[in-house]
Amino acid sequence: MTASTAKVRTSHHTAGTIISTGLFAIIGFFIAFPLVAGLLASFHPGRELVQNGLSLNLDFKTMTLNNYKYLFGFGGGDSKVDSAKYFLWYKNSLVLTITTVILTLLVCYFVAYGLTMYNFKLRGFLLFLVIATMCVPFEILMLPLYQEVTGMKLINTNAGVILPGLCAASTIFFFRQYMVTLPRELLDAARIDGCSEYGISVRIMMPITKPAFASMAILCAMGSWNNMLWPMLVFRDAKKFTLQIGLNTLLTPYGNNYDLLIAGSMFGIIPILAVYLLFQKYLIEGMTAGALKG
Amino acid sequence: MYKIKKALNSQKVAPFVFVLPFILSLLIFWAYPLISGIVMSFQNIDFGVKVWVGPAHYLKLAHDKFFRIAVWNSIEYMALTLLLMIPIPLLLAVLMESRLTKAKGVWKVIMYIPALTSVVISGMLFRMMFSEADGSQMNRLLEWFGKAPIAWLKSKPTAWIALLLLCMWRWTGVNILYFLSGLKSIDDVLYEAADIDGASARQKFWYITLPLIKPTTIYVVTISVYAGLAMFLESFMLWNGNSSPKNIGLTIVGYLYKRGIEKNDIGYACAVGVILLIIALAINTIQLVATGTFKKEER
Repeated sequence: MTASTAKVRTSHHTAGTIISTGLFAIIGFFIAFPLVAGLLASFHPGRELVQNGLSLNLDFKTMTLNNYKYLFGFGGGDSKVDSAKYFLWYKNSLVLTITTVILTLLVCYFVAYGLTMYNFKLRGFLLFLVIATMCVPFEILMLPLYQEVTGMKLINTNAGVILPGLCAASTIFFFRQYMVTLPRELLDAARIDGCSEYGISVRIMMPITKPAFASMAILCAMGSWNNMLWPMLVFRDAKKFTLQIGLNTLLTPYGNNYDLLIAGSMFGIIPILAVYLLFQKYLIEGMTAGALKG
Repeated sequence: MYKIKKALNSQKVAPFVFVLPFILSLLIFWAYPLISGIVMSFQNIDFGVKVWVGPAHYLKLAHDKFFRIAVWNSIEYMALTLLLMIPIPLLLAVLMESRLTKAKGVWKVIMYIPALTSVVISGMLFRMMFSEADGSQMNRLLEWFGKAPIAWLKSKPTAWIALLLLCMWRWTGVNILYFLSGLKSIDDVLYEAADIDGASARQKFWYITLPLIKPTTIYVVTISVYAGLAMFLESFMLWNGNSSPKNIGLTIVGYLYKRGIEKNDIGYACAVGVILLIIALAINTIQLVATGTFKKEER
């Protein structure tokens, strides 16, 4: 290759780099836009949001901390809703999310362990059923399930929200995909040492599966924190509302609660954003597990 | 007692203890509601009193104008999201994998953030950006082009721009991640061999990337079909509840919710659910047959 063609190739590459990186920068801008606009709006009086809609409002003169002062119970603001309610919803969501994550992961781990580490007659059929449950959209089961849960007296309880989703097919499937790659010889070695079948699953396999736990924990936490449709049906009592249901009740056509709505929305993204930024490496692994094998 | 303990610990019994929660959950929270939903679609339910009415609900559905609007909206939404949410994320993933893009980590982190926002918060933000007020972002954009402000969410074409942009905003980054993981599984040797043979970038995409990323594409198409057909909350948030002007945002699940929860007409709503299940399974089967997923042994 002569010197001049080499030069042409590099300049060609540089142009490509600028175009391609620039494209992602533009997309990044559009992605950040609604959130930045929402964040700025949370420092303006809620009635501006009703009158003007949402846009990049960079008028620093009218910016105040009043919405957040009100949110944290220091008074002020035009909202008619008591801000103490907001933190009740917040607490409900936190409790529900943490319980859901712990229970779902444990149950799905043991189910996947049973489906992966043993050869038994029904295994193939059970695996088929795991996939089959993924092929029926939840929305179809919603009404009969609602009646069933009502009959079980689980309306307005966390159990009513958690139990139907406890054996999440996608989570079982992911744990299985992860465990299939692990050597089964470890189990036999532990058996010879006198470890029970259940002891092996907890003391030998669980520590090795830690990365899978991490990625599933994040996905499960996201799903639970942002879940709306099913909790909206189960929680009828305003005292049991989760953050998402509560925020939705603030979204009235008259907009008299928008101070709390906009500040509360922005503050409501924080826990899940923090989890994401801390563990995003595991998350990407977890998300893509299903796609690899197709 | 010792015998029971020993039996429970045998390798024949232990797997069933492990999978027991799944079997129970499958029977109680999947099979039972699925079957009772199908049964209830043939019944009239008034305050718990069930009367068998045969296929009456289905016959009524065939002439229900609102149901037709709902089905059409859901299928239209699914088709449009497939058109937008498969090719664009795939091309962006290829571009991101290439050496041309710098600061990849930053873009990956940013693009996933919308998926973290709940449908309540993202729907609220989009509803305000597309508000009919003069000062809303979209009306300012129109003003910038010298046009008068419009009521975005009150007519179908402009309202659907909001609906589709909301979908793209939330899920483009997620689909890019799926495609990126698919791209990682393709062996670099293939591209190097193609380079030696003097293949162009377009040829490499067409003859190496596209065929080898097929399993990922099938997966993303499948989840998009289901998500598109079952869309409800996005429209619920954009129009503040389950009623949009001239039903431009009415979907199948929205109609199921309206009938079953708001009007307590559970039998009729269950019939809507059964039709949704049939449509979803039919589209999924057509797609899997068309892409040859059932012919695995040929590979």
